[in-house]
Amino acid sequence: MAALILDPLAALGRATLAACRTIGDVTLFALEAVSHLVRPPFYGRLFWRAFVEIAWFSLPVVALTAVFTGMVLALQSYTGFARFNAQSTIASVVVISLTRELGPVLAALMVAGRIGASFAAEIGTMRVTDQIDALTTLSTNPMKYLVAPRLLAAVIALPLLVLVADVLGVMGGWLIGTYKLGFVSAAYLKSTFDYLEADDVISGLVKAAVFGFVIALMGTWCGYRSKGGAQGVGGATTTAVVTSSILILALDYVLTEAFFAQ
Amino acid sequence: MSDMLQQAPRAAGTASAVPKIRLRGLRKAFGAKQVLDGVDADVAAGHSLVILGGSGSGKSVTIKCILGLVQPDEGSIEVDGRDVLAMSRREREALGDRIGMLFQNGALFDSLPVWENVCFKLLAQKRITRAKARDKAAEVLAQVGLAGSVGDLSPAELSGGMQKRVALARAIAAQPDIIFFDEPTTGLDPIMGAVIDGLIVDCVKRLGATAVSITHDMASARRIGDTAAMLHKGRIVWTGPAGALGHTGNALVDQFANGEREGPIQMELRR
Ligand SMILES: Nc1ncnc2c1ncn2[C@@H]1O[C@H](COP(=O)(O)OP(=O)(O)OP(=O)(O)O)[C@@H](O)[C@H]1O
Ligand SMILES: [Mg+2]
Repeated sequence: MAALILDPLAALGRATLAACRTIGDVTLFALEAVSHLVRPPFYGRLFWRAFVEIAWFSLPVVALTAVFTGMVLALQSYTGFARFNAQSTIASVVVISLTRELGPVLAALMVAGRIGASFAAEIGTMRVTDQIDALTTLSTNPMKYLVAPRLLAAVIALPLLVLVADVLGVMGGWLIGTYKLGFVSAAYLKSTFDYLEADDVISGLVKAAVFGFVIALMGTWCGYRSKGGAQGVGGATTTAVVTSSILILALDYVLTEAFFAQ
Repeated sequence: MSDMLQQAPRAAGTASAVPKIRLRGLRKAFGAKQVLDGVDADVAAGHSLVILGGSGSGKSVTIKCILGLVQPDEGSIEVDGRDVLAMSRREREALGDRIGMLFQNGALFDSLPVWENVCFKLLAQKRITRAKARDKAAEVLAQVGLAGSVGDLSPAELSGGMQKRVALARAIAAQPDIIFFDEPTTGLDPIMGAVIDGLIVDCVKRLGATAVSITHDMASARRIGDTAAMLHKGRIVWTGPAGALGHTGNALVDQFANGEREGPIQMELRR
């Protein structure tokens, strides 16, 4: 009888301890990786490779996502706002939603799928084939070589991607606004920029940098800690994408609260 | 069992009394499985030790402990008389600079061409420029019987035996003091195996390096080893001259060396 009560409690305790251990491990991993960014040697070549992979090769998906989101946003706000005769505000609604929220979040989710998965798979494969151990025996710190450049590249690349997403998203809204909803082009653009504040854009870019850090951190951490052959690497890839996506959405709330509270 | 446990020989014939590598009471368990259960071994400077033992007996784990890739649960590891486990990170890195390792599965970096793999350590230590690394790689590749043009391929484009030789080239390119070879000739044809054995002997004799090799090939063990040690059930149960393998008088070692089914080692197979 007692087991009926104690077993779930014990399981809960074990899960809590495991969660604490994981959070602690990720934190220490992140601190160590960041500490390598300020101590030579630096691997510029690897930074550049990761940067191109993130910024350049994610551009098509991020751009498409942004354009369609801008278009849908314009259309949805129009049909919704028409009920209150508030159609004239949709240009500012589009631009503010994009820069503050949708640009960073959607771009980050797209990049999490592409880059988080590829980091976890590549580093995970290196782990299970002893390549990470080999790095150590070849006078190279694997954290410095594999993790630090990827973190830095993601933190720089994500804001740039989001900037592009912002511009393309506004363009998508403008396309629908002028060609479908009958706005005058100049008037639409004027109301886009009239109500836009620097803070809207900056907060979005800061979010993007944080999301970039989270994506690269979870991707590299899951890969680094993976074990058990191809299956383990597959699991690491899934975990990397799922946890970074959830963290992105959760942190988005926290950051919004921090920026725009009161 | 106790008569099989002989003391590891002192560095016979060398002036220095301190062995290059000295293991005492090394223990390591993975979960409930006790893989190493008190490994003692000495390797004299400039000597070549061959470790024998059944598959899964912990030979690779022993080497990984010495390299610091696996943390032993208990015991001590000394290199040049200094306790490795007590070293600071920096000291350990400095020690690692002088050690070479050939991994059992090669562990080549598939994101880099062969020449960069071979010269990785030299480049990492800034002992060579990238411009010169290609030529250096071709030189080392030639030693393991590979054409210089292999340098431009990616490891994935090589056969298993070629990968092994590239990994070997990578392990010796920086001319280490201490070299570990985990099954250097597995997967090679007999002639190439003999060539690689010759190369290992050369490294030890010419460079004065200390070598620890793992092999399942007795001919190769006799060629490359000064001393052989048999790892069984987590301990070194026999140490002796490698040349005597096959007729050591130790039933366990002889059974292993001659590959006999009947003997003190019982394979755990279900009938
Ligand atoms: N990272 C690890 N996690 C869990 N168990 C491990 C790990 N590494 C090794 N082992 C276990 O330790 C034992 C010894 O492994 P090791 O690789 O040293 O064998 P080996 O003597 O080199 O065998 P082989 O000749 O087949 O290479 C094996 O049973 C293996 O399952
Ligand atoms: Mg092994």
